Amino acid sequence: MKAWLPALLRLALVVLLVAFLTNPGWFEPLLKPLTENNAPVIYNQGSLLTLTLLHLRTVLLATLAATIVAVALAILVTRPAGAEFLPLSRSLVNIGQTFPPVAVLALAVPAVGFGEWPTLIALFLYGLLPIFENALTGLTTLPANVVEAARGAGMTGWQRLIKVELPLSAPIILGGIRLSVVIGLATATIGSTVAAKTLGEVIIAGLLSNNLAFILQGGLIVAALAVLIYDGLSAVERYAARRMGREAE
Amino acid sequence: MRGAPERPTGEGVNIRFDKLGVVIAAIAAYAGFLAPFATFRANRIVPGQARSILEALPATTAALLLAIIVAAALIALFRTPLVLRLAASVVTLVALALLIGVAGTFLTPAGNTFARVSPASGFWILIFAFTLLLADVLTRLNLSPLARVGVLVVAALAISLLLMSGSWDNLSILKEYFNRADSFWAEGSKHVTLALGSLAAAVIVGLPLGIFCHRVERLRAGVLNVLNIIQTIPSIALFGLLIAPLGWVATHVPGAAALGIRGIGTAPAFVALFLYSLLPVVANTVVGLAGVPRAANDAARGMGMTDRQRLFGVEFPLAFPVILTGIRIVLVQNIGLATIAALIGGGGFGVFVFQGVGQTAMDLVLLGAVPTVALAFAAAIILDAVIEMTATKRRVETA
Repeated sequence: MKAWLPALLRLALVVLLVAFLTNPGWFEPLLKPLTENNAPVIYNQGSLLTLTLLHLRTVLLATLAATIVAVALAILVTRPAGAEFLPLSRSLVNIGQTFPPVAVLALAVPAVGFGEWPTLIALFLYGLLPIFENALTGLTTLPANVVEAARGAGMTGWQRLIKVELPLSAPIILGGIRLSVVIGLATATIGSTVAAKTLGEVIIAGLLSNNLAFILQGGLIVAALAVLIYDGLSAVERYAARRMGREAE
Repeated sequence: MRGAPERPTGEGVNIRFDKLGVVIAAIAAYAGFLAPFATFRANRIVPGQARSILEALPATTAALLLAIIVAAALIALFRTPLVLRLAASVVTLVALALLIGVAGTFLTPAGNTFARVSPASGFWILIFAFTLLLADVLTRLNLSPLARVGVLVVAALAISLLLMSGSWDNLSILKEYFNRADSFWAEGSKHVTLALGSLAAAVIVGLPLGIFCHRVERLRAGVLNVLNIIQTIPSIALFGLLIAPLGWVATHVPGAAALGIRGIGTAPAFVALFLYSLLPVVANTVVGLAGVPRAANDAARGMGMTDRQRLFGVEFPLAFPVILTGIRIVLVQNIGLATIAALIGGGGFGVFVFQGVGQTAMDLVLLGAVPTVALAFAAAIILDAVIEMTATKRRVETA
């Protein structure tokens, strides 16, 4: 495979996605055969672009919160003062992952009502594990000589954390964030079963009215977003790894 | 990941606090005294009224429960022996489980069949706090895999005993159950069949595919990329997209409809779960086989083993723990994803969850969610134990 081919494919995917979101009408003939009885071909109860942006906002907010909590937790349990929490926090984050998304969503409804909040809570919980695991790996596998050197240079614990440990772990932490964003993008669609404004709305409308075109456009937009964001974050990760002289996973 | 060192115990007379215990005691104090213990509703869908422990239980029982909570919180707060902490968490959890049933009976007016009593936030937070204490003790006890499965079995037996004794019969979730006991077990078996069946299919297809990818390097990237992309399709969309092709198969392939293949229902759910399951199985098989030490393979070749003998006698057993890890991921994931099958008429516990969301009847949601969480949790513990046993066995043998 030629080196430029993947880049070209990605560019084509971006162009296609932007074109579809801004001018879905252009694609009507393509999707037409999937509908029956003159049903609408393009989702007509809201703009696809708005839904996509809301979808991205939900995932972004949840991942941001998950990143802050997971990295803070990983820093805490890798300091001497918090070391005794390490085994327990590991099992807790693991247990959190066994809760099915649908159950988390449905159970969050009585506490926070219908809408965006249950989805944010579910995505936050699901985002924690990959980021926490990777942050732990990053912070516990630092090259010993570098940490020793920082200590020898008279850096305080706080300085070592900010200037040495976190930058060195950044590529691995980014890998965790990438995983949780991709999981979050797909899981957010389920949020529409409890009335969150995400692309899941398009898919559910398709399921309810037996409209295959709706299901396909909703599913494909999410899949395209996931592939592009995955690739984008992988590139950032490789860049960070090169700067830190550490191999990304 | 397990096996934390024993925390240093207090020296001399000065009292030492347990860091985690401070958190647990604070949560327990809030939940025991400030948060509602149970919710009373005149019927199943009206908003509820909160009842504290003192209002939800007969006076002496309430005092007893509060005394247990305070004592257990104090045991958690200070550095105390593990056995004492274990006893405190177990006693409190059992007391909470028994007394929420008592609250159900106490709060339901005699002869009233519409009134509903369900556990409220205080109850759930107390359960969380003392489960945290129990989890901490169990983590620090560093139990063997078999012992962990034993703890799971004991807990499951205790819960079944409570269910059969009828002490929870006045709780709302069980009233929802009694109204649809038959469909509960039917949907439950559908749920398990979907999760396990698609796992079995994924193992049957994924293992040979993984071995193939390991042997033929050119194929590897392509297959794994395709499987990766399948993972990015949201589950509800994939379930929906399979309706059309399976509907076509049902009407055009002779005998397919007789096998139960239909556009909506279990068939698309099964295929979707199968497709999601392939990546972890194939990827872990590839990783596991790649991790087989070169020396082991060379030795096997030197002994004159054929490729097939080497695969089944050397490579496969050595890669087994990694492959099992893939199977664990798939099983836990499938038990959760099978709830979504209900959206396309595939059945499973999701039926109750979505009915409950539709009727804003949260106890009906719980009736679907609690067994799903319990199944996923049990599957994770059992498979983790099996993985650890096979991995340590391997280490002992190769050491």
